[in-house]
Amino acid sequence: MAQKILLKDIDVPGIETFDVFRKQGGYSAVEKVLKTMSPEDVVEEVKKSGLRGRGGAGFPTGMKWSFLAKPEGVPRYLVCNADESEPGTFKDRYLMTKLPHVLIEGMIVASYALGANTSYIYVRGEMMPQIRILEKAIAEAKAAGFLGENILGSGYDLEIYVQPGGGAYICGEETALLESLEGKRGNPRIKPPFPAIAGLYGCPTVVNNVESIAATSWIVLNGGDEYAKIGIGRSTGTKLISASGNINKPGVYEIELGLPVEEFIYSDEYCGGIANGKRLKAVVAGGSSVPILPANLILRTVNGEPRLMSYESLADGGFASGTMLGSGGFIVMDEDACIVRNTWNFSRFYHHESCGQCSPCREGTGWMEKILHRIEYGHGKMSDIDLLWDVQRKIEGNTICPLGDAAAWPVASAIRHFRDEFEWHVNEPKAAMEGNYGLAHYADPLPVPAAPSELVK
Amino acid sequence: MLAVKEIKFSEEMLKQVDEIIKRYPEGKEKSALLPVLHLAQAEFGWCSTEVMDQVASVLNIKPIEVYEVATFYTMFHVKPVGKYVLEVCRTGPCCLVGAEKIIKYLEDKLEIKEGETSADGLFTVKGVECLAACGTGPVLQIGPEYTFYEHLTTDSVDQLLEDLKGRKQ
Ligand SMILES: Cc1cc2nc3c(=O)[nH]c(=O)nc-3n(C[C@H](O)[C@H](O)[C@H](O)COP(=O)(O)O)c2cc1C
Ligand code: SF4
Ligand code: FES
Repeated sequence: MAQKILLKDIDVPGIETFDVFRKQGGYSAVEKVLKTMSPEDVVEEVKKSGLRGRGGAGFPTGMKWSFLAKPEGVPRYLVCNADESEPGTFKDRYLMTKLPHVLIEGMIVASYALGANTSYIYVRGEMMPQIRILEKAIAEAKAAGFLGENILGSGYDLEIYVQPGGGAYICGEETALLESLEGKRGNPRIKPPFPAIAGLYGCPTVVNNVESIAATSWIVLNGGDEYAKIGIGRSTGTKLISASGNINKPGVYEIELGLPVEEFIYSDEYCGGIANGKRLKAVVAGGSSVPILPANLILRTVNGEPRLMSYESLADGGFASGTMLGSGGFIVMDEDACIVRNTWNFSRFYHHESCGQCSPCREGTGWMEKILHRIEYGHGKMSDIDLLWDVQRKIEGNTICPLGDAAAWPVASAIRHFRDEFEWHVNEPKAAMEGNYGLAHYADPLPVPAAPSELVK
Repeated sequence: MLAVKEIKFSEEMLKQVDEIIKRYPEGKEKSALLPVLHLAQAEFGWCSTEVMDQVASVLNIKPIEVYEVATFYTMFHVKPVGKYVLEVCRTGPCCLVGAEKIIKYLEDKLEIKEGETSADGLFTVKGVECLAACGTGPVLQIGPEYTFYEHLTTDSVDQLLEDLKGRKQ
C-alpha cells in the first residue's frame, strides 16, 4: 500500500467530528507548533519538505510563505483557495466533505507560520453543504480551544471564516479570488504587485490551495525531511488525484508522486482500467487546462520511458509530447470519445468563464467555441483548423491572467495530436455526425498502444 | 404558484447580516456582499432589482455595486426562475458519462429548452459548468441548499421530479 497522508483516516467512522479526529491524533500539529516552534521554524520545515502548490501551478509552498512581506502594524492574511472549479478536479470537495478537520488543522498551522490572525477559506458557492461542514468544524475546534484568543495559552489568536463564492471559475485565480472576497466582480489583478506584498485589502496575503494547506500538519509533525523522502525527485510527497471519465473506478486517490501512469489507470487499487472493456484513447492528466495526450504518449514519453505521475515526468517532452500535472484532475477517454466534441465543450467552458477584461481571451475564446462548434456539427472547412490554431496562438501569453493560456492549450494539443480526427470531421461531416472516429491514427509517429489486456502485465 | 413576498429583510435576516459583517475588518463590510446575496436569493427566490436594492441598503453600498456583482456570478438569478432550478453539469468529464443525454431528457420531459422554466412554474433547467463532482457524474444540484444528485439516470431523474412535485408548500 502506498503511503497515505491526507486520507489516512478517511475510513474511520465519525472522522468528520472533532472528537474522533482528535482521538486519531488530530490537532497534535497545532500543539507542536504553538508549544515548540517559532513561525520561522514552521516555514523552514515546509521549505525542506519540497511541498509544491497543489492548486495547479506547483509553486513551492515554503518559498511562497517566505516571500510574505511583514511590515509593522499591518495585518497579514492567509486565504485558502477552495474554489475548485477546474473541470475534472473534485479532490478539495472530497477532502472538505469527509475530513474537514484536516483542513482546519492545516489552516491553524499555516496561519501561525505566516503570522495571520484572521484567515479565510473561500469556498465555491455551490458547495453550500461543504460550507456548513466547515463552519461546524470551526465551531468545534473553537469550543475545544484550538481557535479564538490565546490558543492553548500560547498568546496566539486566530479566527477562521468561510466565505462563499458565486459560481465563477475565474475566482479560482488568486487575485480574482481576492477581488471576490472584497465583494467585487472576480476580475484578476495585474501583477505585480503580488499578493505577498499587496493582497487582501491591500495587505500581505498568501493564497494556498486546500490540499497544500492540509499537507502542512503532517509536515510539521513528521518533519520536512520525512515528507521529502516520499515521492520522486522534486515531486515530493503525496498528491490527491481526481479520476473521472471512462474508467471502472472514478474517485479521489491519494498517490505517492512517481506512480507510473499505466499502473494508475489499470491497477485495481486505482482506476481499475477502462470501463466496459473499451480501449484507452486519450487522457487529460491535470484538469481541463492542461494539454490532452493520446494513449501512447500518456503511457510513455517519446523516449519510450514509462510516464510517471509527477510534475517532471508528465511535463517531459514539453508541449510537443508532454503535458502537466496541474491540479491532478485526471480525465480518461475511451475509444468512443470524440476529441472535437470534447475540445468544443472545453472552449465553451472557457468562453463562458472568461472575465472579459482582455480582448484576446474574451474574443478569442468565443471564436474558438464557434469554430469548433462548426467543425463538430459538420459545417467546418479545412481552413478552420488552421484558423483555430492561429487564434489559440494569439491568446496564449497575451492576457492578464493564465485563463487565456488555459483556454488555448487544450485546443492546441487537440490539433497537435488529433489533427486527423479534425480533418475527418471536415471531410466526412455526415459520418462524423452519425458515428465516431474511434482510436486515432495518431499524428505522432509512435506505435498505437496495445490493448488494455496486454498492458496489465 | 410562488407567493409574492414583500421584498424586505426580516429581523432574523438582518441579524444574520450583522453576524456576517463581523467576519471582516472594520470598513470592509462590502466583503459581505456575496454571502448576503446568497441569503437574499434563498429568501426571495431570485435577485430582482428590488432585492438587489435591499441588499445595497442593508450593506450601505451603492445599488450599482450590487448589480455589477450579481450579474457577474452565475449562481445569482437575475431573471425569475422556477421553484426548483435544476442545475445540470454540462462540462467535458460529465459528458463522457452521459450528461448530454440527461439534459436532453429533462428538456423533452418538461417540454422546455435549457434555460427555460416549465409551464407550471416548478422547474427551470439550467446547464452549468463543472460542479467538482466529475467522479460521480452526471450530476445536478438544486438550491438554495445546493443538494447534489449524482450518478443520474433517466430513471433517477423521473424519481427526482416526482419527489419534488410531491413536496409541500
Ligand atoms: C483560471 C484559474 C483558475 C484557478 N482555479 C484554482 C482553484 O480552483 N483552486 C486553486 O487552488 N487554485 C486555482 N488556481 C491557481 C491559483 O491562482 C493559485 O495559484 C493557487 O491557489 C495557489 O495555491 P497553491 O500554491 O497552494 O497551489 C487557478 C488559476 C487560474 C489561472
Ligand atoms: S485572461 Fe481572460 S479571464 Fe484572465 S483577466 Fe484576461 S479576460 Fe479575464
Ligand atoms: S464535469 Fe460535471 S462535475 Fe465536473
